[in-house]
Amino acid sequence: MNKVRALIVDDSSVMRKIVERSIRQAGIDLAEVREAANGAEALGALQDSTVDLILCDINMPVMDGIEFLRQLQTIECAKGVPVVMITTEGSESHVVQALSIGARGYIRKPFTPEQVKEHVVPLLENKK
Amino acid sequence: MKTANEITKTNNVPEDWQPLLELAAREVFEIMMGCKLEAQSPANPATAEITAMVGLAGQLCGLLTLRCSSQSAALMASKMLGVNVNQADEQMWDAMGEIANMVAGNFKNKLTGMADRCMLSVPTVITGSDYSCRSMADTGPLEVTLLFEGAPVTVAVEIHT
Repeated sequence: MNKVRALIVDDSSVMRKIVERSIRQAGIDLAEVREAANGAEALGALQDSTVDLILCDINMPVMDGIEFLRQLQTIECAKGVPVVMITTEGSESHVVQALSIGARGYIRKPFTPEQVKEHVVPLLENKK
Repeated sequence: MKTANEITKTNNVPEDWQPLLELAAREVFEIMMGCKLEAQSPANPATAEITAMVGLAGQLCGLLTLRCSSQSAALMASKMLGVNVNQADEQMWDAMGEIANMVAGNFKNKLTGMADRCMLSVPTVITGSDYSCRSMADTGPLEVTLLFEGAPVTVAVEIHT
């Protein structure tokens, strides 16, 4: 697997660090990690760089993860980039909604590094 | 399992929600910090030096709070991040908010039919114990106190029917 550029979107800086650590523990070699505290910041980050993977919370101030997913579809350089939602919102309706507008995976908090590996590694392998 | 409508009739939080709240807290601490919360007997509520609050809205309305000493909050942050307590001081408010958020989400997901019908607010964290909180709740509080690394941590839910 090539080195991966990841964008982690969560309003909690602690959670962003935990997600980054979980990705590394999954054996994914990270070339670069970009962080954003909400969907609007994440869209801004994607204006000047491309990434290989996006991990995104749903409940965030300013712009939530669902609206971010919607707007992500309009960004040319983000097309095909797998997005995995990591959130406390565990309802089926949230899962269905996120998957229907472009998310490729859904992880419920609290989560283990093994769950991150299980959801993320196949997406990166399929992308090769 | 009682629904929110049944709570309205009795103004009491169902008895079977207490073990679910405790289980929700235990799972979050074990998965995110690798710590088993211990039972405390008798249960003395934690000193509220740091309080994290998450609002519940929808079919289930109310407030979940997580409170503990600042020393415990810093220890939680250090365990979540895998760093020394001294390095985690600045992160303890953020960590407390995220733990409260996960406990609230885990709790409502365990209530039959509530995952879809109850939304969570982003967390708010306050420091100090000289405050009073009016959540508009009209049921008795559902409260669990457990020991985290020997110190009490209290999780409480108040429901507005």
